[in-house]
Amino acid sequence: MSALLEIRNMRKDFSGAAGPVTALEGIDLDVAEGELAVIVGPSGCGKSTLLNIVAGLEHGTSGEARIDGRPITGPGADRGMVFQSYTLFPWLSVRENVEFGLRIKGVPKNDRAAIARRYLGLVGLADFENALPKELSGGMKQRVAIARVLANQPRMLLMDEPFGALDAQTRLVLQELLLGIRAQERSTVLFITHDIDEAILLADNVYVMSRRPGRLKARIPVDIPRPRDHRVTVSADFAAVKARIMELLWEEITA
Amino acid sequence: MSTRSKASPAHRAGLALLSFAAVLAAWSAASYGGLVKELFLPKPHSVLLAFVDMQRDGILLSYTWDSVYRVMVGWSLAVAAAVPLGLFIATSRRGAAVCAPLIEFARYLPVVALVPLTLLYFGIGDGQKFAIIFLGTFFQLALMVADSVAAVPRDLGRAAATLGASRAQIYRMVLLPGALPGIMDDLRITVGWAWTYLVVAELVAANSGLGYMILRAQRFLAIDRIFAGLVLIGLLGLATDWLFKAAARLCVPWSEKVDA
Repeated sequence: MSALLEIRNMRKDFSGAAGPVTALEGIDLDVAEGELAVIVGPSGCGKSTLLNIVAGLEHGTSGEARIDGRPITGPGADRGMVFQSYTLFPWLSVRENVEFGLRIKGVPKNDRAAIARRYLGLVGLADFENALPKELSGGMKQRVAIARVLANQPRMLLMDEPFGALDAQTRLVLQELLLGIRAQERSTVLFITHDIDEAILLADNVYVMSRRPGRLKARIPVDIPRPRDHRVTVSADFAAVKARIMELLWEEITA
Repeated sequence: MSTRSKASPAHRAGLALLSFAAVLAAWSAASYGGLVKELFLPKPHSVLLAFVDMQRDGILLSYTWDSVYRVMVGWSLAVAAAVPLGLFIATSRRGAAVCAPLIEFARYLPVVALVPLTLLYFGIGDGQKFAIIFLGTFFQLALMVADSVAAVPRDLGRAAATLGASRAQIYRMVLLPGALPGIMDDLRITVGWAWTYLVVAELVAANSGLGYMILRAQRFLAIDRIFAGLVLIGLLGLATDWLFKAAARLCVPWSEKVDA
């Protein structure tokens, strides 16, 4: 069986002030159904560009990206994205935000509300369905953003440093929340971060990217048994994986 | 987020009244105290009497309505054209390349300098007033709307796209509502300009309206009527501003700009 997401020999050039800049080069990546894949890399390595290409928000210069065997030509509801910036629509209530994708699909009103409530419950915000985004904390906003994407039942969840703007404690809580949701919903996730601890805590596989031009340098499987929570971050297995990844990243930072 | 200190609405209204009272007191002192000749500064009560006079002449309401009507039509035409154009400029690189330089050029033409031309084209009737107001607000408003639309965070539209929204749906369901608080501000500001240009146009050539009334009063040295006209224009401006703020509270209660 082929992977849910297949990327072959992806390359991305930008036109910079001093001629073309290659952001990505020779990227091959397979993400299997149900896998939680995390990409880590130094800043500016092109990992967000790679995620945007999967989302269909940007296009590669050459190479192929396929989801379910079909080439990716643009954004679509099958690849929902959670951004680092807060992207709730401020004029919609929390529940209306979660219903956004369902409204576009033409799901009837009552069904929409029921689905939205289910996912708001899943992220622990059942009591906030009528609140406006401006009344929520940063962590709560990201919970709603996750519920909004999940309610759409995408084939794949794309997460671009979704917890990067949160304080350390809130981040930990949301990481555990994501682990729980993912176990329950069996979602396929492609997650980007520069936080190595976050990568190892969440991932089935951690992909390490090189500095620009970005290439996938190594795939590190994380065999720490699930269910996981924050306590695994102090285990010996965790430390061993972390040492390997640090080594790989360090070469990129100092080279 | 507002950095202004918090004061209750009643408190703020009281302070506003106080500032008006202070101006009135200074005015009274200057006129009743004989500091300024009556030829230059009318007494407050004669301005009140001028209102009564104008009402008796049957021009108070009809002239006010004529001016309000001209502003509303001229400005609404500008809004109807400028909002879609602003949206287009903000979202299409080609649209911006074609329209923006032309508009930048046009908006630096002083509208007052176009009054003679519009008189030639449209005569002295309502059509000429509409034209002046349109020319005075349309170009600026198109650029202001474009800025307001461009200020909607890009990731909102991108998030909508990954939730399945088409381009048209992103316009309608994200960009337009997202830009609405800014656009309402733009509308509030430009309707003020519309008043300015209207009064200028009425001062130059008209046969009704508040600007015309002020010009006539000046010919007869009726300083009390000039002041009455100015007070009336000021009050209309105040009312317009209040209406727009009320509309903002009603339409965009979610905006960070709207005081709860």
